[in-house]
Amino acid sequence: MTIDQIINWIPFSADLPAIAFVIAASLCAVTVFLFIAIYALGIIYGEVKISSFMQDKVGPMGQGVGFHAGKWGLLQPVADALKLILKEDIIPAAADKKLFIMAPFVVFIGAFISFAALPFNQNTVVSDLNIGVFYILAVGALSVLGIILAGWGSNNKWALYGGMRSAAQIVSYEIPAGLSIVTAVMLTGTLSMQGIVEFQSGTIWGILPNWIVFNNPFTFISFFIFYISGVAECNRTPFDIPEAESELVAGAFTEYSGMRYAFFFLSEYAEMFVISAVAATVFLGGWNSPISGFFDGPIWGLFWFMGKTLSLVFVMLWFRWTFPRLRVDQLMNVSWKVFLPFSLVNIFGVAIWSLIVG
Amino acid sequence: MGVVHGDLMTLNIGPQHPSTHGVLRLKVKTDGEIISEVEPIIGYLHRCFEKHCENVTYDQVIPYTDRCDYIAAMNNNFGYAVAVEELMEIKVPERVEYIRVIVAELNRIASHLLALGAFGLDVGAFTPFLYMFRDRERILDLFEVLCGARLLYNYIWVGGISHDFPPNFDSKIIEFLDYFEPKIDEYNNLLTFNKIFIERTADIGVLPPEIAISYGVSGPNLRGSGVTWDLRRDDPYSIYDKFDFNIVIGEGEMGTVGDCWDRYFVRMIEMKESVKIIRQALKTLPSGDVHQALPKKIRPPKGSIYKRTESPRGDLAYYIVSDGSPIPYRLKMRSPAFTSLSVLEEISSGWMMSDVLAILGSLDIVLGEIDR
Repeated sequence: MTIDQIINWIPFSADLPAIAFVIAASLCAVTVFLFIAIYALGIIYGEVKISSFMQDKVGPMGQGVGFHAGKWGLLQPVADALKLILKEDIIPAAADKKLFIMAPFVVFIGAFISFAALPFNQNTVVSDLNIGVFYILAVGALSVLGIILAGWGSNNKWALYGGMRSAAQIVSYEIPAGLSIVTAVMLTGTLSMQGIVEFQSGTIWGILPNWIVFNNPFTFISFFIFYISGVAECNRTPFDIPEAESELVAGAFTEYSGMRYAFFFLSEYAEMFVISAVAATVFLGGWNSPISGFFDGPIWGLFWFMGKTLSLVFVMLWFRWTFPRLRVDQLMNVSWKVFLPFSLVNIFGVAIWSLIVG
Repeated sequence: MGVVHGDLMTLNIGPQHPSTHGVLRLKVKTDGEIISEVEPIIGYLHRCFEKHCENVTYDQVIPYTDRCDYIAAMNNNFGYAVAVEELMEIKVPERVEYIRVIVAELNRIASHLLALGAFGLDVGAFTPFLYMFRDRERILDLFEVLCGARLLYNYIWVGGISHDFPPNFDSKIIEFLDYFEPKIDEYNNLLTFNKIFIERTADIGVLPPEIAISYGVSGPNLRGSGVTWDLRRDDPYSIYDKFDFNIVIGEGEMGTVGDCWDRYFVRMIEMKESVKIIRQALKTLPSGDVHQALPKKIRPPKGSIYKRTESPRGDLAYYIVSDGSPIPYRLKMRSPAFTSLSVLEEISSGWMMSDVLAILGSLDIVLGEIDR
């Protein structure tokens, strides 16, 4: 359902449209926030467990009596969250107080409002904007502003390093990510997320699902460029240079503790979800079933969407626990000397392809 | 258009920092990401080792040597014991020599595992670190069975060792070696030949052989620069001349000879050579009483000795002056990690922030030994 449908349900929406809109919007915001919170708990548990299995250990396990991390450590994320909430909130004396307090929320807002345009299934999207893709790319870049604020506001040299690195990184990776999306938009002719998904129903030659990633060789490359740029945008390994534990202690987040620190984490995970969801929606058919006409419908749509998105999130975790970290100049090289030319070639290639084949 | 230079920013890396390998402080002058000057500041872990030694008897020095290079305590015990034995002209039984070599090589593997894992961590790879710790754990378990201690052993004594091998210990070691050898390929697949890892380490922090020699760098760091120098072959002590093993040197496979990758890879292959030595030693391990040559009272004659041994970090030497009493008159330890650290300033200026920490990691320093 969309926000417009909720407004229509409200009985007095015709008389007091402004109030109805505020109610509906708050309802959506609370739902999305709850979704992010539950997803974050899940993914924290997932990350702990997946990393443990990759590292030949078992991770948190509950044993014996008393308060432990629950069966198979299921309560571990709850304990983590509680710890972060109960921790003392320290604001360094030398910090720029306003920026320091504001930064975590700016970062979170960037990830949070991106959810507004994500189509979870055929009917569920907060608002199917006609510029959906463009909107997500635009507000996703907001979070880097928060990281720069954190880096500057902390008045700490490590944090400053982290903030500056983050700025440089996002400028480099927004461009290839955006240009890769352009290839999909050229094919579908729409910027609306639902429109892009609907374009991808059916099959190619009756075998492959008609997803944009399989549409032609150029979009295939575009998908990888977008996804890797997305990993860089989320500051995940191998592109976690703004955080770079072994170099910058904790980068832009060095001075943060307690709930503010938790918000940075929450937004990192939320952003991973958004990037994966966009990749799944734009390139992998969104809520379309991989086998056309099989397991269709709203509930299966939600299943396919979440399945594709969470698989891509899993790949990000996999990256993190496998790869070393790139150096800051190597990261720029990858972006400007490899991804950017390839994305431009892709746009050209897709244009030619559509002329000849399409 | 000229190059614009702003003011340099002074940044203190450490003493509390995730990748300074202990309590080292690096005072760096940075111009953005580029480091123009590095000044290592040491002494945060100084425990007056040498002064302590002037006040305790010869056998009481051994636990202190454990605490110098706590990553390779067996090798520290070994070097000290060999030095005092030479001063006293003690001949230890054959079996003791073999056991000493076996435990020293096992400890070398454990030490290299930690060095490689921590280096991986410095360049951002977390999982290989835990893989290497998992296998290091097995060596520590073996040592626990052997002498009850996992880190600071006090195992090799002047004139002998504290305990003989427990029953079936040989087969336990062989079991470990059989398990461990394929793991080296696993590390190589996961980390060594990873493209990102090579990008981060090859051609970075090149240490030319001349500079290495003039600074007195030794051990795997020197061999990484392509110099075949290993005291186990060039100045054999104990029974190392009986074994067949190769001296591994850096060949610049991925970049220039003497870069971080070479120093890393030399350690990786050295573990294989250690496995080879242990296998040979176990095959010809003689029987006998290990306590036979233990002196009742350690009272070396007047004189002095300078004895070097090959610890996992390089030439570890003890200079001992004896005045004929049961207490050393003076004891000086030559620390290989100290000389390795001294070269950092020379090879890391002009590199980027991330590289400097990679170079530091590749030198494999242990602060306990540097500060003593």
